[in-house]
Amino acid sequence: MSWKLASCLIAVVAILFITACQSDENLEFKRYYSSGALVYQQHCQNCHGAGGEGLSALIPPLSDSIYLRKNLTALPCYIKNGLKGSITIKGKTFEDVMPANDLSPVEIAQVLTYIGNSFDNKLSTIDEQSVQKNLASCH
Amino acid sequence: MRNTLIGLVAILLWSACKSGSDKQKLPIYGNRAPVTKMVNGKQVTDTIYQTIPSFKFVNQYGDSISNKTLNGNIYVVDFFFTTCPSICPIMHRNMLKVYKTFKSTGNFKIISHTIDPKHDSVPVLKKYADKLGITDNSWWFLQGKKEDIYTIAEKNYLVAVKQDSSAAGGYIHAGYFVLIDKQKRIRGSYDGTDPKQVDQLIDDIKVLQSEPDQMIVQ
Ligand code: HEC
Repeated sequence: MSWKLASCLIAVVAILFITACQSDENLEFKRYYSSGALVYQQHCQNCHGAGGEGLSALIPPLSDSIYLRKNLTALPCYIKNGLKGSITIKGKTFEDVMPANDLSPVEIAQVLTYIGNSFDNKLSTIDEQSVQKNLASCH
Repeated sequence: MRNTLIGLVAILLWSACKSGSDKQKLPIYGNRAPVTKMVNGKQVTDTIYQTIPSFKFVNQYGDSISNKTLNGNIYVVDFFFTTCPSICPIMHRNMLKVYKTFKSTGNFKIISHTIDPKHDSVPVLKKYADKLGITDNSWWFLQGKKEDIYTIAEKNYLVAVKQDSSAAGGYIHAGYFVLIDKQKRIRGSYDGTDPKQVDQLIDDIKVLQSEPDQMIVQ
């Protein structure tokens, strides 16, 4: 084998390694995100809209990154058990009722990863373990 | 360059005229019956179409709304309830588009009947309308006797509604938007949860609005 070919091979292997390491995390995100898109279409989109835009003053949009970040640990509870009472989203008040959603912890993690990284939001992956932990402390 | 431009303009003009000349007509739905009558000593056969019968409901402002209030209007009808967790938010997100397109054209109304009149009182409907952003008289949210609502839904607007405790929110109902012309005949029925069909409804309303007047006075 010529030294040229050998160094080429080494380079290729090195690149493969680097991308593999990178995409471990990336892959997990992509899996959560794409499954989350399906959960969203089936369970949330009717109310919150395809673009997370909500519906006038009846249903809040999902594009308030500050609210989502601030309530990150409570979100799994809101989604599982529903939410009512007055909240302020993007400076507007909402006071209707979100019904409870019958979703498993992994589905909640997927849909939260999806909304957390759509509609101009940029949160990291929200994984099943953290959802499970947060669900344990719902009131 | 100049010639191409002229050519382009010619094609544009031609296609504009063409689409004007074979303007589509909307079908008329429902039962029809031929009637024969004498006009100037000649026998004439006419068609009587099924029309929406008289009704009486109350809107979100507490005003009484009857079939007569809607005389001379093209209107779109749907059935919903304010606590509906399933298709109603989709329907009214789409209906808002219809509302925004036609609210200032005159002789046009949207009427949304609650199928849960026990919960959806006039004040509840007012609050819902306010939150949806409806503060004028182009979109009414109607309340009335439950039997009246269910009868007119099924018999006249041909929309299935049913109370069913196993369904989400307690009711089964179809999300149709029904288009009624100025003579109170059904001219179209569209899936209000499908944005494409709702765009078709918007196009069809424009067709209806341009129907000549002699067709209206019958
Ligand atoms: C029946 C309609 C409905 C459905 C279905 C629904 N929501 Fe909601 N959602 C609401 C309403 C209404 C509120 C506001 C509740 C309040 O005012 O307390 C809300 C609030 C929220 C909030 C917090 C406020 C905000 O805008 O960020 C989040 C996050 C949320 N929903 C996510 C979801 C997710 C994820 C799903 C699907 C699993 C979902 N919702 C399904 C109606 C709905």
